[in-house]
Amino acid sequence: MNINLSVWRQKDAGSKGAFERHSLEDLNKDMSFLEMLDVLNEKLIREGGLPVEFDSDCREGICGQCGIVINGRANGHLEGTTACQMYMRHFKNGECITVEPFKVAAFPVIRDLKIDRSALDRIIQAGGYISVHTGSVPDANAIMISKDDVESAFDSASCIGCGTCVATCKNSSAALFTGAKISHLAKLPQGKVEAQERVVNMVEQMDKDGFGSCTNTEACEAECPQNISVVNIARMNWEYNKALLLR
Amino acid sequence: MNVPHTTLTKKIFIALTGLFLSFFLIIHLAGNLQLLLPEQVAHTQFNSYSHLLSGNPVIKLVSYVLYIAIFYHAFDALMLTIGNWRANDGNYDKDARGEVSSWISRNMGILGSVIFLFLVIHFKDYWYIYKFGETAVDAKGNKDLYIIVIESFKQLWYVVLYVIAMVILGLHLWHGIRSAFTTLGLYHEKYIKLVRYISCLFTFIVSLGFAIIPIVIYLDSK
Repeated sequence: MNINLSVWRQKDAGSKGAFERHSLEDLNKDMSFLEMLDVLNEKLIREGGLPVEFDSDCREGICGQCGIVINGRANGHLEGTTACQMYMRHFKNGECITVEPFKVAAFPVIRDLKIDRSALDRIIQAGGYISVHTGSVPDANAIMISKDDVESAFDSASCIGCGTCVATCKNSSAALFTGAKISHLAKLPQGKVEAQERVVNMVEQMDKDGFGSCTNTEACEAECPQNISVVNIARMNWEYNKALLLR
Repeated sequence: MNVPHTTLTKKIFIALTGLFLSFFLIIHLAGNLQLLLPEQVAHTQFNSYSHLLSGNPVIKLVSYVLYIAIFYHAFDALMLTIGNWRANDGNYDKDARGEVSSWISRNMGILGSVIFLFLVIHFKDYWYIYKFGETAVDAKGNKDLYIIVIESFKQLWYVVLYVIAMVILGLHLWHGIRSAFTTLGLYHEKYIKLVRYISCLFTFIVSLGFAIIPIVIYLDSK
């Protein structure tokens, strides 16, 4: 298949970016979107140009590295996928595809499609952990946890921190990410110990990094590659309100 | 209690003021529905009711709380919106993100601004005239607000404007109420359906209830 690509090129966070047009021919329709970008880069290198920088790691939809905006949708028009799980068969032959990086103030562009998502790491550092004395491995059944709580906490913990929720949000809010991280620990006995301190610190960090506020459009849930539910946002709000009243 | 100044606390105040204003709408609607009683009864009852409200110090206090709530709700929302604009790093060249959320949920600010404009007109046409205008008095000696309302609803353009405003109010409530529940954290898996059902029912009753009054009065006058 053939496609026309309009791809964002930007030297660094300080420079102004612009679109660059490329035509690719004879692509295998079963290659992934990122493999198509690999083909483009090989072509660019052969022609003496600079390859388009983009993030990728596992290329099987679980690492959360490859976030990009394809035709105006975070990770493409399929719901619940990462960019690497988009295949060329999901596009039309001869289609003009626009590729842009996540345009979020808290995620500065490093180069081209590559962005700096360390703001999400800083939210985790603000409280997305439990404090324990390390020692020998504790017995697996020392703390009893109900099956429902385990499942629910695991659903929240399945967030891969890709930032798709932020990119698809009209407010660039990190509420779904932060909500998932807070809920994951709030549902488990180990996390309950520092629950109030955690939620206040993580919410404050979210603001410090310049993320927007959640207006409950629920676009994040629709686009999340891991199908994290907006109930996690409500859970964060619940924990936060509780901390405001009781702390 | 140490209240930190975060976007989340701002949102809590928006939610609380929004729910308070929604609660007020029920009281307002109950008052307005008196307009649909048989003409003689409606005339004296509506005027006595208006007189009772305007003279009561408790109601006066509540009205001030109401004004503060309206301004706080709008001001905080505006502040958050400005913050949200800053959080975006420019626009996407091709933006199709709207495909995964409702137009209403993304444009609460526009809907809210229209409602605010309607409130200005609403206050000018009834509250201002009742308080400061030249008004006739009814048989009981109460200011005749009933006639002012009935006369205004005999004009088709006014009825259309009013009904459109109520549709917009309905759209704002439809997203606003369930959004308020989420912000307050009262949105548990178990109760999602219930919250959605309540907000839809409330929206339907309030916007339809308000909209039906001018329509009935207009049709009656023909």
